[in-house]
Amino acid sequence: MNIVVLVKQVPDTYSERKLADSDHTLDRESADAVLDEINERAVEEALQLQATHGGEVTVVSVGPDRATDAIRKALSMGADKAVHVSDEALHGSDAIATAKVLAKAVSTIEGVDLVLAGNEATDGRVGAVPAMVAELLGLPALTHARKVEVDGTAVKVERETDEGVLHLSAALPAVISVNEKINEPRYPSFKGIMAAKKKPVTTLTVADLGVDTAELGIAGSWTSVLESAPKPPRSAGQRVEDEGDGGTKVAEYLVGQKLI
Amino acid sequence: MAEVLVLVDHVDGEVKKVTHELLTAARLIGEASAVVVGAPGTAAKLRDALAAHGAAKVYVAESDDAATQLLTPEVDVLAALVAQASPAAVLVAASASGKEIAGRLAIRIGSGVLVDATEVNADATVGQSIFGGAYNVKAKASKGVPVISVRPGAVEAANAEGAAAEETVAVPAANAASVVTINSREPLAAGDRPELTEASVVVSGGRGVASAENFAVVEALADALGGAVGASRAAVDSGYYPHQFQVGQTGKTVSPQLYIALGISGAIQHRAGMQTSKTIVAVNKDAEAPIFEIADFGVVGDLFKVAPQLTEEVTKRKG
Repeated sequence: MNIVVLVKQVPDTYSERKLADSDHTLDRESADAVLDEINERAVEEALQLQATHGGEVTVVSVGPDRATDAIRKALSMGADKAVHVSDEALHGSDAIATAKVLAKAVSTIEGVDLVLAGNEATDGRVGAVPAMVAELLGLPALTHARKVEVDGTAVKVERETDEGVLHLSAALPAVISVNEKINEPRYPSFKGIMAAKKKPVTTLTVADLGVDTAELGIAGSWTSVLESAPKPPRSAGQRVEDEGDGGTKVAEYLVGQKLI
Repeated sequence: MAEVLVLVDHVDGEVKKVTHELLTAARLIGEASAVVVGAPGTAAKLRDALAAHGAAKVYVAESDDAATQLLTPEVDVLAALVAQASPAAVLVAASASGKEIAGRLAIRIGSGVLVDATEVNADATVGQSIFGGAYNVKAKASKGVPVISVRPGAVEAANAEGAAAEETVAVPAANAASVVTINSREPLAAGDRPELTEASVVVSGGRGVASAENFAVVEALADALGGAVGASRAAVDSGYYPHQFQVGQTGKTVSPQLYIALGISGAIQHRAGMQTSKTIVAVNKDAEAPIFEIADFGVVGDLFKVAPQLTEEVTKRKG
């Protein structure tokens, strides 16, 4: 079974994230970049399915040159090869523009049975890119999976969201997004890290994919950001040392604020 | 006045609160048309609630498939209605399902999608709050009919009489290759506490709570205040509390009237999930904990002494 895993490099959620003043896009210098955690779970699920069903695991990422680090991390976990779409024309692309490029990139890989992705990236939090890719490819989208079972040409998924648990089924090929409950991702071994350096990474431009640059970037996206501003930081209020009456003091404060 | 399509979010024959918020937002832009997609007989149960929140029209798209196929019936129906009614915008809830419906619909109709709006303006531009509330953004759809997912709780629902004139529309035949079948549903075990993202009070515990058993202290305070229980990532990773209660960048984003942080240091990861709360109270042993930088009221002390005392005070005042 051939599996594609969509991965994204994101600013580390433990660092301060900023937008550039000039064009409202992510200020990539301001934060450390990491493979989004949920993607590690998607890679893990792909590797577990591969262990049972065989086939190849290909990582696909759309992002600037430095996204190579995220791709290498996925390869060091055990994925076989990667496709990296990197192009200046992508700068400032919105979710739909990005989904179009991802869908085209997936189409370059032959005999894909399953496309796996994280359910929502920690930076944009659009939470719809896997479904958008499915829409563009005309495939079923089984999203927010906490459990995946492949049986021949069919796939079963347990979807868990705040709305409850749904037991889903669809025919392969299909797109699946995973949630935090799906598995515990493995740590890359030293051997895996060394092996990843030799694994093939195909770098493509949008022209290679036959995507019109007029549909990409800040100008080509179907949405535009009109303005952006950092929210004024909260300032610290009152602080007291507990001298045996800390709870009472909080209660008095809450009464003063009419909160209790 | 142009129509604005509002996808009705419903469960067990009841309209979810967010739909009232969407109808209110829709009336800013144009005339609100509710769109009900579901099993036969669904719309009849919802009509009164939709009328009371200003729905001028109710499009009824019912079929057996609509209830057993995942999200594509909603996308198909909305796409057909956009072609039929030429609306000024389409509004859906920014829930897990709503965000996907919006994204797919926008691609289908060749329009821009605006995600998780915290503000909807009359010209169909939106305000968004990103990076856990660190930035405010204003955005617009530059192509097509704006498809907007609106964050639950962001818009205050207002009552208004609407005619709620019903119009039956067909659920288009599904594309067999892309159908996902819903074989069965289990509701999440709902406790007695309010839902984390909807609660007006959230009491969260962090690493300082130190064990799963000790979370009883957090729960007791939450229950006294009628609030929800949250947990920091450190507490979840240590196995003290289940992941679905995690507040932070990789968990839920909450914005309650009152947020009480017990034994939470306040890493940027956590703050991203709660810094837009109206009032923040923090209790931590470490006077240097960064949570104090954003707390309106902080107590440097032992949460196991402070929290039970506060629980008692709250209970006493209620009594």
